[in-house]
Amino acid sequence: MKVYDAIVIGAGHNGLTTAAYLAKAGMDVIVLERQPYIGGATVSRELYPGFTYSNCSYVCSLMRPEIMRDLELPRHGLQVIPYEGGVTMMRNGDYFATYPNHDQNRREIARHSAHDAEAYDYFGAETLRQCRFIKKMLLTTPPDPTSFKPRDLFGLLDIARRFHGLGEEWMYDTIRFWTMSCADFLDQYFESEVVKGHLAGTSIIGTALGPYSPGSAYVLLHHYMGEVDGSIGSWGYARGGMGAVSGSLANSFQSYGGEIRTAAEVEQIIVKNNRAVGVALSGGEEVLGKMVISNMDVKRTFDKSMDPADLPEDFLHRVRNFKIRGSSGKLNIALDGLPDFPSIPDGCRGRTGDMHVSDSMEYLERGYDDWKDGTWSREPYIDMMIPSLTDPTMAPPGKHYMSVFVQYVPPYLADGQWNDEKRAAFGKTVIDKIAEYSPNFKDLILHAEVRTPWDIENETGLTEGNIFQGELTMDQLMFNRPVPGYAQYRAPVKNLYMCGSSTHPGGGVMGAPGANAAREILLDMRIKT
Amino acid sequence: MTPAANRYDAIIIGGGHNGLVCAAYLGSAGQRVLVLEAAAAPGGAAANVEFSPGFTVSGCAHILNMLDPKVSRDLNLASHGLKLSLPNLKTIALAEDGRHITFDGALATNDSLQVYSKTDKANLADLRRLLLRIGKLLKDFYGTVPPRLGTESWSDRIALAKLGWAIRRLGRNDMREMLRIAGCNIADVLNDELESDLLKGAIGFDAVLGTELGPRSPNSVFSLLHRLTGEANGIPGALALPEGGMGAVTRAMAAAAEAAGADIRTGSPVARILVENDRAMGVALETGEVIHADIVVSNADPKTTYLKLLGPQYLDTGFVRRVKNIRTRGTAAKLHLALDGLPEFTGLDAKELGQRLLIAPSLDYVERAFNHCKYGEYSTAPAIEMIIPTVNDAALAPQGKHILSAVVQYAPYELKGGWENARDEFIDTAIKTISAYAPGLEGRIIARELLTPRDIEEKYRMPGGHWHHGELALDQLYMMRPVPGAAQYAAPLPGLYTCGAGGHPGGGVMGIAGKNAADRILKDGKSR
Repeated sequence: MKVYDAIVIGAGHNGLTTAAYLAKAGMDVIVLERQPYIGGATVSRELYPGFTYSNCSYVCSLMRPEIMRDLELPRHGLQVIPYEGGVTMMRNGDYFATYPNHDQNRREIARHSAHDAEAYDYFGAETLRQCRFIKKMLLTTPPDPTSFKPRDLFGLLDIARRFHGLGEEWMYDTIRFWTMSCADFLDQYFESEVVKGHLAGTSIIGTALGPYSPGSAYVLLHHYMGEVDGSIGSWGYARGGMGAVSGSLANSFQSYGGEIRTAAEVEQIIVKNNRAVGVALSGGEEVLGKMVISNMDVKRTFDKSMDPADLPEDFLHRVRNFKIRGSSGKLNIALDGLPDFPSIPDGCRGRTGDMHVSDSMEYLERGYDDWKDGTWSREPYIDMMIPSLTDPTMAPPGKHYMSVFVQYVPPYLADGQWNDEKRAAFGKTVIDKIAEYSPNFKDLILHAEVRTPWDIENETGLTEGNIFQGELTMDQLMFNRPVPGYAQYRAPVKNLYMCGSSTHPGGGVMGAPGANAAREILLDMRIKT
Repeated sequence: MTPAANRYDAIIIGGGHNGLVCAAYLGSAGQRVLVLEAAAAPGGAAANVEFSPGFTVSGCAHILNMLDPKVSRDLNLASHGLKLSLPNLKTIALAEDGRHITFDGALATNDSLQVYSKTDKANLADLRRLLLRIGKLLKDFYGTVPPRLGTESWSDRIALAKLGWAIRRLGRNDMREMLRIAGCNIADVLNDELESDLLKGAIGFDAVLGTELGPRSPNSVFSLLHRLTGEANGIPGALALPEGGMGAVTRAMAAAAEAAGADIRTGSPVARILVENDRAMGVALETGEVIHADIVVSNADPKTTYLKLLGPQYLDTGFVRRVKNIRTRGTAAKLHLALDGLPEFTGLDAKELGQRLLIAPSLDYVERAFNHCKYGEYSTAPAIEMIIPTVNDAALAPQGKHILSAVVQYAPYELKGGWENARDEFIDTAIKTISAYAPGLEGRIIARELLTPRDIEEKYRMPGGHWHHGELALDQLYMMRPVPGAAQYAAPLPGLYTCGAGGHPGGGVMGIAGKNAADRILKDGKSR
């Protein structure tokens, strides 16, 4: 029976990234995917004839440029088109738009507050500075602060040296940034509610925290770290939907001789003598490999796909206590035409980017309170985009595809489990909210796919539908992610690795966990790249 | 100007407990010290007040749990009259049906737990041991002046190295746990380890007492650790009641300061810190009187010290911005009830009424109470910490009468619509909440007083009515408390120092900030 050099469980973008790096280094790698299609949560799917849905992740920016170069993703079909700003529609009929053009942006902020227009440049400079500091850490393995190995000591020393290099003022600002709430951070700069509300949106996406919770400033940053064509903080659409990201990774992987098997669900990771030796598929078939690499989140990997006897008890306890909270939902909508948004003036390019209706931080925080109480936000945060305005391949001529990300949606409802009726009620809440700002919206809907946390979990395998495979809170970042002492992509079982977003530096279509895991594996294999 | 009589080595603005401690240390070192207190008696927020004729209560702080044993020894507070009426206060988490949980001080276990859960007793003991080990590490750093980042000074570098080494010395497992848990929220930690809602609610409430956090807010484990650094009678994490109320503690401190040669002038509010040739050289009182000194030490909070007493004209704009951004939004109100007899609580005997009583039946209860506060509303079902000090100390009230002193959360500093109209409603809400556990309480009330954060601000001159002089958040701690560049008790102006809770290590009647400031001042004096 064939023994692969490596088995990767899950053809999400991180699994494919790891697989491609290993195959490129000459290893014989197979990727096993439960679904009949690849991509995990980075997929393009035709769920309504003629329309392409990016039905999970929907925008692209965090993908590390180093990975795009190493794996030659553009040559394998990835094209990212930047979009031009966003807009928040306000309850009073006004709007607030952001633009890539600095002067235009400044004028728009000044329309709401002259003070804030002045402050925005300082805010931008500080955020960028924090991004630069953290960005260097994305593609490095977190050092273990408890270890005395030279490698960890040097790693710590390197961070300390870079930190010290920031100078006194910036050092303090950096520490503050990592620990404070988004609201406190924005309050330092801005006075206008809508400006703060618009900016705070990114601090809650995918997160079971409100903008008033300490630690949420970091999530804001996490979403700012992206870059498109070297322009930091900008976002774009993958041409052809997010499936183009996983598609190009798969093409790259296969060009190095890799093998992908879809519709192959892994039921258990086989461990013999404390070594991972292969996997058992749900049909009973076994696939053997010299190592097993899991792209699944840690709960699914260790708690669901392994025999507890194969793992240290303490480790399993910590895995079970790792916080992966479902907090998001999604609607994918096929539209018969372009909906009117009367509050957005003609020609405002914000329409092509992210559109919101949450015009204050309190709006977001109250949404979070509903989540804590076990109900979806009655006034949800809605991140809607119409990618077909930028990428005409997504919908038939004259028609449009709309992606609607919704925060907050709890996996456990206070009044019983999710069912079809509740899903429909949730969808109605969102559609009604959009219709408040778009009179003809409802008439244009041809098809709407409503996704609760469980729908996301059932399709992608993400526990509770958490898009980051684990909360991005301080206790779960860097050397604490996913479990203190196991933050270097190695599991407590030999020849078993983790490469998903449960590991440093976390979620988003970034590829960094996948690339980092590959680097550690090649280090263990003593393969030089 | 009479140089000799009106000339001091140091003037301390504010006779709160930290100011008095600082005065005592400086006095013992031979300095001529003057403490200027605005109120009629020293003590600040840890003084007694007679809120109704014959009824004396600890004005703001009402439980002694953090007084530093070294400070207590150095100042010989016992010989100056400090005695504990109850050296090891128990905490009783109240249940409406009378099935309460009792535990010692903070987190110790008790058999009543087994009523609720088979495993909680052992798990709580484990959690307590871990938290106390981490708390002990914090405590070691509380007694030292924080280092400054990014300087070329070797003493700063050595202090940082010491910090790193102390964390390493915890051992691999505890160190990992500490690095993880400090940023956690208390709700997660409790839900991971414990079952009983009542127990989790009580500990969760302890973690957010006096802070602008709910149990689900990250950072709330830290504020519990802060409380656990305290001790009473040598028992870590324990709570105590001083005989004669908290005023007895500050009276003993004032006596110690005077014994060390310090002068204390009450009724003397300071209007301005005087600056000459870029250094602080004295103060002007509100009466216009000018007093000179080599150095000025402010026990006032940082916002008052830098923005009001000193004035931004002497400071960098960046520094002023940081001071303005210190978060000082108080959330706790203080309720005082004068009672014509001992109230009856369901399931408690008269002796148990002398313990600390908590109304925080679950984590969700506390979190929901917190929700209101975020939007400038008061909690409609508040979480409450109560003591009836007269059970152990009858002298505080007229014969046969009693006092109920409570911290009621959450009462936001900025209430929508203002506190003036809402005060009575909120008192009623609090009394109704307590009455669910103590039927018949209402009939016993003969006088009532509520101090909202606004009142506390006005009365005790703490901005936002925040009893820590600034939120105890990770970004406002240690070398960043109160603000970077002023976290070593020295202001960015020669001759000016701070010694209040706004500096490291924060609030609670500890006296450590006062002691650390004195250390720093004496060290600077030597190098001068």
